[in-house]
Amino acid sequence: MARAEPERPFPPGDYPLIVIGSGPGALQVSYCLGRLGVEHAVLSADEAPGGMFRRWPFFQRLLSWTKPYAPVTRDSRAYERYDWNSLLADEPEHRSLQAQFMDHTSSFPSRPEMERSLVSFAQATGIRIRHGCRWTATQREETAAGARFVLETTDGEYRTPLVVAAVGVCQPFTPAFPGSDLTAHYAKTRPAESYAGRRVLIIGKQNSGFELASGLLNWASRIVLASPSSTRLSVNTRSLVGVRARYVQPYEDHVLGGGVSVLDAAIQSVTRDDGGSLTVHLRPTNGGEELAIAADEVIAATGFTCPLGDLPSLGVATFGQSLLPTQTPFWESTTVPGLYFAGTIGQGSPGLKKHGLPSNSGAVHGARYNARVLARRIAAVHFSKAPMDRVVDPSALVDFALGEIDGCPELWHQKAYLARVVTVEPDGLHDRGIAPLAHVLDEGGPDAIVLTLEADGSGSIYPVVYLRRRGAISEHALDADPLLDYTSDRYRRPLASILEAIVPGAVVR
Amino acid sequence: MANSSELADTIAGFALFADLSEPQLERVVHTFEERRFDEGERIVRQGLTGSAFYLILDGEAQVVIDGEARATLGRGEFFGEVSILLGQAPVADVVALRPLRCLVLAGPEVEGFLVDHPRVMYRMLQAQARRLRNANRWRS
Repeated sequence: MARAEPERPFPPGDYPLIVIGSGPGALQVSYCLGRLGVEHAVLSADEAPGGMFRRWPFFQRLLSWTKPYAPVTRDSRAYERYDWNSLLADEPEHRSLQAQFMDHTSSFPSRPEMERSLVSFAQATGIRIRHGCRWTATQREETAAGARFVLETTDGEYRTPLVVAAVGVCQPFTPAFPGSDLTAHYAKTRPAESYAGRRVLIIGKQNSGFELASGLLNWASRIVLASPSSTRLSVNTRSLVGVRARYVQPYEDHVLGGGVSVLDAAIQSVTRDDGGSLTVHLRPTNGGEELAIAADEVIAATGFTCPLGDLPSLGVATFGQSLLPTQTPFWESTTVPGLYFAGTIGQGSPGLKKHGLPSNSGAVHGARYNARVLARRIAAVHFSKAPMDRVVDPSALVDFALGEIDGCPELWHQKAYLARVVTVEPDGLHDRGIAPLAHVLDEGGPDAIVLTLEADGSGSIYPVVYLRRRGAISEHALDADPLLDYTSDRYRRPLASILEAIVPGAVVR
Repeated sequence: MANSSELADTIAGFALFADLSEPQLERVVHTFEERRFDEGERIVRQGLTGSAFYLILDGEAQVVIDGEARATLGRGEFFGEVSILLGQAPVADVVALRPLRCLVLAGPEVEGFLVDHPRVMYRMLQAQARRLRNANRWRS
C-alpha cells in the first residue's frame, strides 16, 4: 500500500478501491465507504470538489429545491424529503448543509451556493481527494489474486481490483448532421447579454433547451425551439418527466404568440449564406412542408454523454444516446465485474420504471441514496463488512412499516426504485435496510416484506407493499392520502391485513 | 442525426412502422427510449403493475408463464401491449434470452401514441390478428 501524503493524498500505487471523481456522487460514496471502514483512494481531474456544479447550469440556479423551513427539523432524517441537495451524513452537524449556504431569495440554490455546500461537506467530513489527477487510460491485468484495473493518470499508474467511476454525464453531445459544425453546444453558451437582438434557434426541447430559452427571453429578438418529439411538461406528466415548471415561460410565450416558436420537426441541415446568416432546414414530424428558418445563432441543447474514456474498449457495454454503461441493480457494469458507477451515471441502472416514471438517480436527491446503498454493498461483498441486520419485534411491525413509509427519505426520493426490506425468517423479522427494488423482486431469497412509495402519473403518491413468499412476489398498493400523511390510523388496518398474510402476529395493537 | 437516423433506418424495416415517413420515424425514435437488457434479465414481470410497451431492436426474449416458456420473440417483434390495452398486470414474465436491445414506450403514453399514429395501430391490430389466428390453430 502506498503511503498517503497529507498535502496531496493517494500517490500512484496499489489501493483496495479507487473512486474517480469529486462531484456529489463521488463525495457521497467516499463518505459512506469511509464511515464503513473501507479503505479507498479518490482521484479527480478537477482542482476542487463540486463536479459539474462548478460550471453548470448555465443560468445559475438548480432545478432541485431545498426548503429552509419544513414540517420537521433540519437535523432529522425526515427533513431530507424537503432538501434535495445536501449530501447525507451520519453526524447531525454534517447533515442538511445546503440551507446554510442559501440567501433565501429562492428555494432553488444558485450554482455557487451548491458548489459551496459540496466543498463544505468534503472539508467538514474529512473526505480526502487527490485533485488535479486526471485518469487517462485503463487496462485490465490478471494476477494471482484475480483481475485488477490499471488506471493510468497524469500522476502515474494506480492498481486496484475495484473502481467506482463517478464521472458524471457531462461530455457535450451534438448529433452529426449537415452543418452541425455551425451550431454551438449548450455548454458553449455565452453570457445572456451577448445575444441581445439576435435570432436564436435552439435544437432540443428538454430542460436544457427551455432553460436557455428562459434565460434568453429578455435578450433574443426571436427564439425557436425545435426537435422531433413533442414538448412534455412536468406539470402535465405529474412527474419529473418533461420540462420543469421553472422553465415553462417560453412555452406560454409560444402558445400566446409572443415571439417564441416551439416546433416538432426533424433537423435536416444548417447552412450559412454569404452574409453570414444561418438557415436551419427542418421537416415537421406531422408531415407538413419543409421549413427554412433564418437565425443568427443555433444552439444544440442536445444533451451530454458519459466520459467513459477507453472503458468501452475493455468491454463496458453502453446504451442510448448518452452512452450510459449498462449496470446491475447495484450499479456494477454488467460486462466488466469490479467496475461500479456512482452519481448521475447511475441512471444506467433504470430499475422498473413503473408507469414510465424514472428514478431520480440522475439528480443528487436520488444518487445520494444509491451511493449509500452501493457503499454498503461493496463493504459487504468485497470487504466482509457485516450487512445491515436489525431485529424487528413482530408486534411492532405495523408501526415500523408505517414509520418507514411516512419518514424514510429513500422511499420518497427513489419511488419504486429503492425499497425497505424486512426478511421473515425462522428466528424472527430482520430489517435488512434499503435495497434496489429490482434486485429484491428478481433475485429471490427468504420470505420478505418490501416497502416502497410509488406514483403512477396521476398525481398521487401511495405506499406499495410487496410480499415475497416461497419465491413468489405479490404486489399490494394502499390508497393515496391527499395530504401524503401515512401515519394516520386509517392505514393501520389495511397494512396489518396485508402483513398478516406473511407475519400472522402483525395485528393492529 | 447519426444516432437517431440509424435507429430510424432500423425501425423503418419493421412491419409495425412500415407506413411512417422519415420525419415520423425520427419522432418515434425521440419518443421511445432505448434500453438494453442482459441475458437472463427480467423485462416484464408477471402480476406486477406499471409495465411498458417494448419493441425488439436486437436479440431475443422469452415469454414465460408460471415458470413455463411459451414463446420466443425476436427482432422487429413487440410485447407488453396487451396488459397496457387492458389496463391489467401482465400475465407473463418476459426474459432476455441473450443481450437484448429494445425501444420502450411507457404504458401511459401508448394510447396517445397509437391515436396519433393510426397506421401503427392498424399494423399492431394485424399482428394481434395473426397471433390470435395462430393461437386458434394451436388449440384446434
